[in-house]
Amino acid sequence: MGSGHGTELNLTLKVWRQKNTKASGSFETHQLTGISTDMSFLEMFDVLNEKLIHEGKEAIAFDHDCREGICGMCSMYINGRPHGPKNGVTTCQLHMRSFKNGDTIVVEPWRSAAFPVIKDLAVDRGAFDRIIASGGYVSVNTGNARDANNILIPKDAADEAFGAAACIGCGACVAACKNGSAMLFVSAKVSQLALLPQGQVERKARVLKMVAAMDEEGFGNCTNTGACEAECPKGISLENIARMNRELTSAALTYTK
Amino acid sequence: MSTGFLKTSVGKKVLMGLTGLFLVSFLVVHVSLNATIFMMDGGQTFNSGADFMAHNPVIRIVEIVLFAGLIIHILQALTLTLANKKARPVAYAKIDGAANSSWYSRSMGILGSLLLLFLVTHLSHFWIDTKIAVFKHQEHNTYLEMKEVFSHWYVVLIYLVGVIALCYHLLHGFQSAFQSLGLNHKKYTPLIKKVGVWFSIIVCLLFAAMPVCMFLNIVQ
Ligand code: SF4
Ligand code: FES
Repeated sequence: MGSGHGTELNLTLKVWRQKNTKASGSFETHQLTGISTDMSFLEMFDVLNEKLIHEGKEAIAFDHDCREGICGMCSMYINGRPHGPKNGVTTCQLHMRSFKNGDTIVVEPWRSAAFPVIKDLAVDRGAFDRIIASGGYVSVNTGNARDANNILIPKDAADEAFGAAACIGCGACVAACKNGSAMLFVSAKVSQLALLPQGQVERKARVLKMVAAMDEEGFGNCTNTGACEAECPKGISLENIARMNRELTSAALTYTK
Repeated sequence: MSTGFLKTSVGKKVLMGLTGLFLVSFLVVHVSLNATIFMMDGGQTFNSGADFMAHNPVIRIVEIVLFAGLIIHILQALTLTLANKKARPVAYAKIDGAANSSWYSRSMGILGSLLLLFLVTHLSHFWIDTKIAVFKHQEHNTYLEMKEVFSHWYVVLIYLVGVIALCYHLLHGFQSAFQSLGLNHKKYTPLIKKVGVWFSIIVCLLFAAMPVCMFLNIVQ
């Protein structure tokens, strides 16, 4: 573990710089001094970017939005792990107290053919949006708000669906997987709806379409290493992947259209 | 089933899992038959078992299915590995794999390739000779052949390497196959994982014991 409250760190940062999608990037080394252990990892990047701007250099592009672990935008591959050395947190929730004075930190973008680098550490995760658009929805009549508990849902199903719905679409699962597979993400989305009564109407068509969309985006194939589950900031379980395998197999066997 | 199923990433996993479990079932037969050398009857039981396997028509057909299963498992693994390489065209500069997965779960391709190399050696030691004998309607004493093959230390070493590769391949593959088939359940998955570990260890210890005991003349 790092140092205590209010301590300051001197760090060496190796950051991936890449002009655009087509350019081939390379690492750039930066020295940082007086980084407070109370800072988040992104705040440390803010400090670095301020410094670069003062020096008349171009700031490092990186994604972020909520900075409180709910939007899934912050995507940094830190010292060989998505979202850095701590389990169950996003990069914005990672703090500099997780590092030691004198550390060298290597920061890379998510690396996946399906997530092209836009610039530096920012990648295009539009592939996830297209997978969702292919089937990750339920068709319902809109109108007045329904009464709560109109449709009864068993507690365990509700809990499991809720667990799957916690996925924030960050893509750490893809980044962590040695095969670049997106199965954890897609299975979370498939499960969330397959477990609930509202999702039954499109259940079979949904899994067929979403898996087809996933395969089309060029993600790799799952070999059950479990790296995704271990690195997922929201604790999405491998059980979801098994469920998706079941759902897809039974849909392929029985769906007629 | 639509033919499209096997083209999906899920279908390919299912096929890997099914062929893998089928090969596992073969291991059970193989190790049980071979374990009869430990009956210390000069290989009598073993030879009559081997003779049955070599001549029974049902076994002959199963053998063809077995080779088909093996070839599908290998070809599918190759296609998947190539596709997975394409899914990450730029490699990470730093990877901390140990933080999120076991080394053998990440090395199934290498372990499988080692196994294939071993298998070629193994078949050329025993299977080909047995086939020739059946073809020529000759008697074949597989037990004596085993004793002869395992009298060389380097052969024993090759077999040990093969068995260790098998053990790690199974340690990941056994439970992985169930996951691929979607057979995951809060109640049963912990059991499947335990059985997988014990199966891998016991089968591989038995297989390893054969060349070692013959080399050391423990089996007479
Ligand atoms: S499954 Fe986990 S790691 Fe993957 S996108 Fe969802 S929250 Fe991120
Ligand atoms: S910035 Fe929203 S999860 Fe990190």
